Amino acid sequence: MSDRGLRQRAGAALWRRPWLRGVLTLSPPLLWFLVIYLASLVVMLVTAFFTVNSLTGNVVYQWTWSNFSQILTQSVYGSIILRTLLMAIAVTITDILLALPFAFFLAKVVSRRWRQLLLGLLLMPLWASYLAKVYAWINILSNKGVLPGIESKLGIAPTHIAYTNIAMWIVFSYLWLPFMIVPIYGAFERVPDSLLEASSDLGAGSWITFRWVLLPMVLPGIVAGSIFTFSLTLGDFITPLLIGGSNSDFIGNAIYDSALNGGNLPFAAALAFVSIAIMAIYLLLARFAGAFEAL
Amino acid sequence: MSSLTVPVSPSTASQDGIVLRGVSKHFGDHAAVREVDLDIARGEFFTMLGPSGSGKTTLLRLIAGFEVPDAGSISLRGVDVTSKPPYQRGVNTVFQDYALFPHFTVAGNVAYGLRVRKVARSERDSRVRAALEMVRMTEFADRKPAQLSGGQRQRVALARAIVNEPEVLLLDEPLGALDLKLRQEMQVELKRIQRQIGITFIYVTHDQEEALTMSDRLAVFRDGQIEQIGHPVDVYEHPATEFVAGFVGTSNVIMTQHGRAVLRPEKVELSTGPVSSDREGAAGHVADVAYLGMVTRYTVQLGDGRLITAVQQNRSTDGEHGRFAPGDVVTASWNVADAFPLKTTSATEIQ
Repeated sequence: MSDRGLRQRAGAALWRRPWLRGVLTLSPPLLWFLVIYLASLVVMLVTAFFTVNSLTGNVVYQWTWSNFSQILTQSVYGSIILRTLLMAIAVTITDILLALPFAFFLAKVVSRRWRQLLLGLLLMPLWASYLAKVYAWINILSNKGVLPGIESKLGIAPTHIAYTNIAMWIVFSYLWLPFMIVPIYGAFERVPDSLLEASSDLGAGSWITFRWVLLPMVLPGIVAGSIFTFSLTLGDFITPLLIGGSNSDFIGNAIYDSALNGGNLPFAAALAFVSIAIMAIYLLLARFAGAFEAL
Repeated sequence: MSSLTVPVSPSTASQDGIVLRGVSKHFGDHAAVREVDLDIARGEFFTMLGPSGSGKTTLLRLIAGFEVPDAGSISLRGVDVTSKPPYQRGVNTVFQDYALFPHFTVAGNVAYGLRVRKVARSERDSRVRAALEMVRMTEFADRKPAQLSGGQRQRVALARAIVNEPEVLLLDEPLGALDLKLRQEMQVELKRIQRQIGITFIYVTHDQEEALTMSDRLAVFRDGQIEQIGHPVDVYEHPATEFVAGFVGTSNVIMTQHGRAVLRPEKVELSTGPVSSDREGAAGHVADVAYLGMVTRYTVQLGDGRLITAVQQNRSTDGEHGRFAPGDVVTASWNVADAFPLKTTSATEIQ
């Protein structure tokens, strides 16, 4: 039998069995996902229940809660977790407030050409390196930076917010803003103009139309965007390192310290477990709000 | 404000209805509506008919307040509303795509306008119930729009508008998305509701049959202007221009001693004998036959080469009896009075 005949027969056999096609196309990525991603995650979580011998530095393979009890009882970890969580919430709220008017403007007000231009400008910073953007902000905020320079020229007392939590909040809000605008913009786009006209036709002014029609309809987009801003802030450790002050450690910094400086991988794993737990709770709440219907 | 139950007879006093004077609207270089004057009486079922792009929907949106005219004025019951926003006009709109709020139930959608106007809950509930009853949607009150069929959404959109007891209801091709059977059902329904609540309906459609069926009066639009305005019978039997004759029904344009005239196909009779003395006509042969069920449409080529369309009722159940076949020699004749002379200076001929 010729090669061609065989190929055709194999093709026909696949055509008759859609499930076989599904298995064959899905199994490589599925295998990849299971082995590389899930398996390593499980290994990490299991490690969280081990300890390190403080003398030899070797991992002691003995089940214990001690890492977790240490995180819960030592106030330094409590404040690190709280700081990370509050920052993630503050950045998320800030980005929602900034993104809503911008996304509305983009989706419902500007002309097609302006929309493309603005979307391009919005997405352009994503091509730039994360580090470059953080260093740019250091240049803006530091004592000899752009902002105090402008302020002194205007005769205002220069602000000193570099290396504070406020600086971190500004930089994070800037960094993740596009991730909030894009899903909200998408949600606004999906609201037909006729709904806004209908609301106005039925007597509603702009505020009621926003509150009763637009907001409920773009809420899934807001939640989707907040998953990005929340999780990206939660997992970051470079911005706190570069522009945070003396008391600006995040969970990520604590993990970095115990894994790379302290050599205590089990404790780092336990800290990572906390991050994952917070994110899981957040995703459950988001699911509750119907965020995944909009993705 | 009109009441939901007392029928109001159409009044000709323009002070009472809608008055448009010199209304124009441009989109860029394109003139969508050009210096339209229009009087619509209170309680009237008024239809704006025309092909797409003829300006009828733009004019409706101008009356609704979604667009502001470049020139001219719009007044409602003697009050100038030209620059007022939609929610200060006492008009409500039924949108072509229904524009129901997807996150509200049927009852929530209908209650929207009342909630906005802070109508007390008990009154709100009873008015929503009455409106849903009127459109026969009571049992669907708790459904979401996504769970309804096209015809049901249409009814909800109607209830959402009339529950506010507007002075004027604007309907933008409301039946356009429905299939034929449902459309005919809703036509009857709309007329019933309009009679029941007695408010002015301004109805936009491109469907000439719908316009003829439902309207008290209709205006035929072309290129942003009104080509003809009148009662359905008037417009159909006495089209002012060739455009109207062609858009509202089909028609033959023939030459008479007085110039060009419109002759409706159903007024043309086909026979085998000579033309009787009280009629006008010509001999020819059947070029094409189309059996349409209720009627048969013939295209007859006359002796001088011109084509004329004739529609004959199929009165006999015998498919062949009294019918002609392609190639048959026939005489096409009509009453002289049935050939309606066209205005020589119609917009059609100017262009």
